[in-house]
Amino acid sequence: MSSTLAHDDAHAAHHTSLPVDNRKLAIWTFIGSECLFFATLISTYLIYKDTHAKGPGPKDIFEVPLVTAGTAVLLFSSFFVVMALNGAQEGNRKKLLGWLGATIMCGLFFLGMQVYEFNHFYHLGLGYTTNLFGTSFYTLTGFHGTHVAIGTLWLMTVFKDALKGRMPPAKALNLELAALYWHFVDVVWIIIFPVVYLMSLRS
Amino acid sequence: MTTTTLDQAHPAKRSTLVEWLTTVDHKKIGILYGASAFIFFLLGGIEALIIRTQLMGPNGTLVSPEFYNQLFTMHGTTMIFLGVMPLSAMFFNFFIPLLIGARDVAFPRLNAMSLWVFLLGGLFMNASFLLNAAPNGGWFGYAPLSSRQYSPGLNMDFWVIGLQILGIASLAAGVNFFTTILNMRARGMTLMRMPMFVWSTLITQVLVLLSFPIITVALIMLMVDRTFGASFFSVGGGGDPLLWQHLFWLFGHPEVYILILPAFGIVSEILPVFSRKPLFGYSAMVFSMAFIAFLGFGVWSHHMFATGMGPLADTFFSLATMLIAVPTGVKIFNWIGTTWGGSLQLRTPMLFALGFIAMFIIGGLSGVMHSVAPADLQQTDTYFVVAHFHYVLFGGSIFALTAGAYYWWPKMFGTMLSESIGKVHFWLMLAGFNLTFFPMHFAGLLGMPRRIYAYPAGLGFEVYNMMATAGAFLLAISILVFMYNMWVSARRGEPAPADPWGGATLEWSIPSPPQEWNFTDEPIVTDRDDLWAQKRAAGVRTLPEPALSDGKGIHLPGPSWWPLIVAIGILIFFIGFMVPHTYAFPFGPITIAGFLLTTVGIFKWAYEPPDANATHH
Repeated sequence: MSSTLAHDDAHAAHHTSLPVDNRKLAIWTFIGSECLFFATLISTYLIYKDTHAKGPGPKDIFEVPLVTAGTAVLLFSSFFVVMALNGAQEGNRKKLLGWLGATIMCGLFFLGMQVYEFNHFYHLGLGYTTNLFGTSFYTLTGFHGTHVAIGTLWLMTVFKDALKGRMPPAKALNLELAALYWHFVDVVWIIIFPVVYLMSLRS
Repeated sequence: MTTTTLDQAHPAKRSTLVEWLTTVDHKKIGILYGASAFIFFLLGGIEALIIRTQLMGPNGTLVSPEFYNQLFTMHGTTMIFLGVMPLSAMFFNFFIPLLIGARDVAFPRLNAMSLWVFLLGGLFMNASFLLNAAPNGGWFGYAPLSSRQYSPGLNMDFWVIGLQILGIASLAAGVNFFTTILNMRARGMTLMRMPMFVWSTLITQVLVLLSFPIITVALIMLMVDRTFGASFFSVGGGGDPLLWQHLFWLFGHPEVYILILPAFGIVSEILPVFSRKPLFGYSAMVFSMAFIAFLGFGVWSHHMFATGMGPLADTFFSLATMLIAVPTGVKIFNWIGTTWGGSLQLRTPMLFALGFIAMFIIGGLSGVMHSVAPADLQQTDTYFVVAHFHYVLFGGSIFALTAGAYYWWPKMFGTMLSESIGKVHFWLMLAGFNLTFFPMHFAGLLGMPRRIYAYPAGLGFEVYNMMATAGAFLLAISILVFMYNMWVSARRGEPAPADPWGGATLEWSIPSPPQEWNFTDEPIVTDRDDLWAQKRAAGVRTLPEPALSDGKGIHLPGPSWWPLIVAIGILIFFIGFMVPHTYAFPFGPITIAGFLLTTVGIFKWAYEPPDANATHH
């Protein structure tokens, strides 16, 4: 029996009360819960962003151009994964692999940018516990980065399945679930980018 | 004959232990939730008895002040997270699929994982007693008391990490039951035909999903403060300890509705059946429950009147809190309306349900007293508060859960609990409960503070404490009577018919205990109280006993080891944060090992073929 992510295939044929697959509903539910997770982290950052008696503050270290590039890459990746899903649904393996590969590259680029940025900030004197601005900044963006990493790993898993020819159109939902999560991670960044980086540009 | 068929169906007969460790059957998982939670409940009860013995008279010397701190912290934490919540989860697991006419939950293996994570988290937290380092900072873990500076030992690490582990179990179950209820209902069961317990479970899961992420982040921040020397909650580094209180109660207040809404649901199932009348005001019940849940997110600061938030905040949170009395009052009047003019059958489940209404009203009234900020300033941190929340949590939740236990025991185990022992249980518990907690109102109004290990003589506290201690032992005896009843039922209980109470809901249409696949034919629902509608249509009081089937052609998911393995991985991952390490990298070897085990487990789980080890019928 071929192994597959769609382990609930046998149940998929079952009647569902709402016109939505169980797994898709579950991902949406999980995303709803995650909103509160990030809301709490973002609120904490807003409370503490100006608490930096010691060490650098937001205005001293943020480099908006680099992060803007990272943001753009992440935004494009949401478009790429939609194209990949379209390929999966059409059974177009080339389209699926190409766009999905591009999405994964975007995720890796973003993670690389974050590693570079953290390292850079550290050398500018902002350690994890230097001041509360630093702690809440690293905690918020670190957890977002963890989500990007999990999303990338998930997309890579789907990529591996597609490479081995185990992603027929009937299983496009496997990619759609990962894509939903990916979009969510992206949306969280769309909030973090202005709230954390752009707001620091104001006087 | 049926048994023979089943035995042949198993390709390789598994040992009973393996069967339970790998089960994905919601009924077995429910029983495991119930059994573990009941043991934790007994542990929490023993802690309470030690507390009451210490406080029996002035200047008690039974335990040291340090151990007393551990006792009251673990009593609260255990009863909330390891007692009432998983006891509710037992009923969610066993009965939600049966009540909505499904063969299992949406994600059976995720369900098993929730169970194991909960059980391991509970064992982990209680293992702290073995190191003489049980949590000692109160169930709310207020900063800065819970910071490394004031709680240097492992005690609060056990609390922070234990709660973090338990939160994962709750969130996974929240996703699972929310999806199950919305998507796995039998044909014809519209939302407004769902039994009230299903509604209460659905709303409870919404509260879990929206409140647990908040405490997750708060616990992460506290852990970061304790382990890596950050200062989220320490004034020295510019942090604000009040942030902890806000985040904790943003979670903590919805949490109290997570504890009570399932109780509302259980009572709303029992009262109609034993009044022989449909639930009064069904839609008002649904909307009042949803309204309570909504308001539950806007009243957290009434736990913080004593922190001096200022008149505007105090007024807002006072009024919002008083507003909650309105939907709650609607529910109480509807329960009374359900019994009004009914043909009451005072069986044990009904007695506990009626006891619930009376006790919950008392707890609700003292709750309204707390909502008045100036009055609350007098009551904060006194035994008046202890009296209040025991009336809603014990008089409310535990009475309702016990009612549910008597009501659903025949369906779960196929034998009846004794009515006569049950009545002794009820009256002892009612007397013991009121003797324990009613005097605490007076002790509190006289000014007796909470969380003190001893009090001096001559302040007028003696008589109330003596009464409370006597009541606590009476309560303990009532629990022993309950255990005796369970033992008698297991040994020589009268076999239960499919429908012992004349029930209104689908679980009573199938054999007691249900077969593995629950429903041989998927039910089609045409009415609210569908079973009553079926009986009316057939013109009978009880439908004929359903026949056992051989379940041919029914597909059930196979058992799996991976949920248990992932749960072990999660436990190891978190234990890693307790080990002090000198290097800057936040992840030690134990954390990494746990992370790898979890990841491997998740991948193996995701790629496990759907019919691995499945029973083919």
